Amino acid sequence: MTIAQVFDYQRPKTLDEAVQLLAEHGGDVRVLAGGTDLVAWLRDDAVAPDLLVDIKHIEGLREIVDLGDALSIGSLVTFADVLNSDLVESRLPIISEMSATVASTGIRNRATLIGNICSAVPSCDAGPPLLVHGAIVHTFGPAGSRQISIDDWFLGPRQTALTVGEIVTKVVVPIPPGGHGAAYVRLSRYEGEDLAQASVAILAPADHRFRIAFGAVAATPLRARRIESLLEGRAITPDLIAAAIALVPEEISPITDMRASKEFRMRMSEVMLQRGLRASVERLEGNGPSYGTNLM
Amino acid sequence: MRTDISVTVNGEPWLLTVEPSDVLLETLRSKVGVKSPKIGCERGDCGSCTVLLDGHTVRSCLVLSVEVDGHEVVTIEGLNDEGLTQLQQFFVDMNSFQCGFCAPGIVLAAAELLDENSEPTRADVQEAIGGNLCRCTGYDPIIDAVLAAAGAGRGTQ
Repeated sequence: MTIAQVFDYQRPKTLDEAVQLLAEHGGDVRVLAGGTDLVAWLRDDAVAPDLLVDIKHIEGLREIVDLGDALSIGSLVTFADVLNSDLVESRLPIISEMSATVASTGIRNRATLIGNICSAVPSCDAGPPLLVHGAIVHTFGPAGSRQISIDDWFLGPRQTALTVGEIVTKVVVPIPPGGHGAAYVRLSRYEGEDLAQASVAILAPADHRFRIAFGAVAATPLRARRIESLLEGRAITPDLIAAAIALVPEEISPITDMRASKEFRMRMSEVMLQRGLRASVERLEGNGPSYGTNLM
Repeated sequence: MRTDISVTVNGEPWLLTVEPSDVLLETLRSKVGVKSPKIGCERGDCGSCTVLLDGHTVRSCLVLSVEVDGHEVVTIEGLNDEGLTQLQQFFVDMNSFQCGFCAPGIVLAAAELLDENSEPTRADVQEAIGGNLCRCTGYDPIIDAVLAAAGAGRGTQ
């Protein structure tokens, strides 16, 4: 099936040029990076742009930079780039662990991490790990640069805080001082090419100020702040885990669709939280399962 | 807005006129005449349209033709100048495929794996072809052949 739409295509060499193209065309323009979502959406007529602005020829956007207390991941960094990065593996292992669960190699070679949060489907894998790390999304637009907390990024299914004319340039992902453990636990029907039925990311820093975020169980990926408050500063015991699990129904609102029922998603989210909490604390203490181990 | 692109396909330079909405899979099949990338799900799920773009597997159903301007595309026709690669020979010898619809994609996915990892485990092979659906074989004879090719040295040569 061909794409039954007519649109123009531009390939700017600089960010300024790209932003100018976006400004000229207003709302009917789409930024093209890896295209693994966008081309499928064009085929489905889910989007109908007049113009695609391909940002792959803009220099400097495909970099992973060590900022000391954070890593900066550019908007052209693919999931395959993330998996090939020793820097990410050593400093932000949950980002590597998450990236390995995304689709399959042929998609990861093309799909970008930032494209994943720009598509902003509720099951997007990059959402929960970036939420627990308190990432900052950097954008560039006609009014200059903006920094948007990932907490304010996801507005609804396929809706983000990005305004018309803006391009995401990078995401800066803070690394907690003093070591940390983390876990990304993902439920899917089979390994390989499947979207998450449910997911949870857990960050266990040295001071036990836990951060927890769920994916695919609400309109957007979201932080579980009640559970975070319950766990703050405490040692993880079986009783505390039971109390945390009891709060899951207050945090998430899964729906039934072709991939899972809401009841299944709810129950499995509880199981995933339990396993992820244990694994992240064990990893913090240096005796957990290696990152990438499937906990489901 | 028709655009001229230049792209290398299986070592041959091509100058093509395409529309922005033309998808690489269709351009390869209809304009270049390379038929090994198969039209399957056309949404990136099945892997039957896999090609190598600058040496890495991509879904040609999710790449616009204008995007490959100045780049290099390889399909199984271009893997080897002289007949089958060793990996392909193992697939033949071990009767790995039945209908063959998934074979071009799986050959390329396995070739990319062996390019980067000369001693893959069974799990590595399963992961590498995890995005390529086969509805005939149950995958075992495919995985066996990839491991045999790896065991025999370089699978892609």
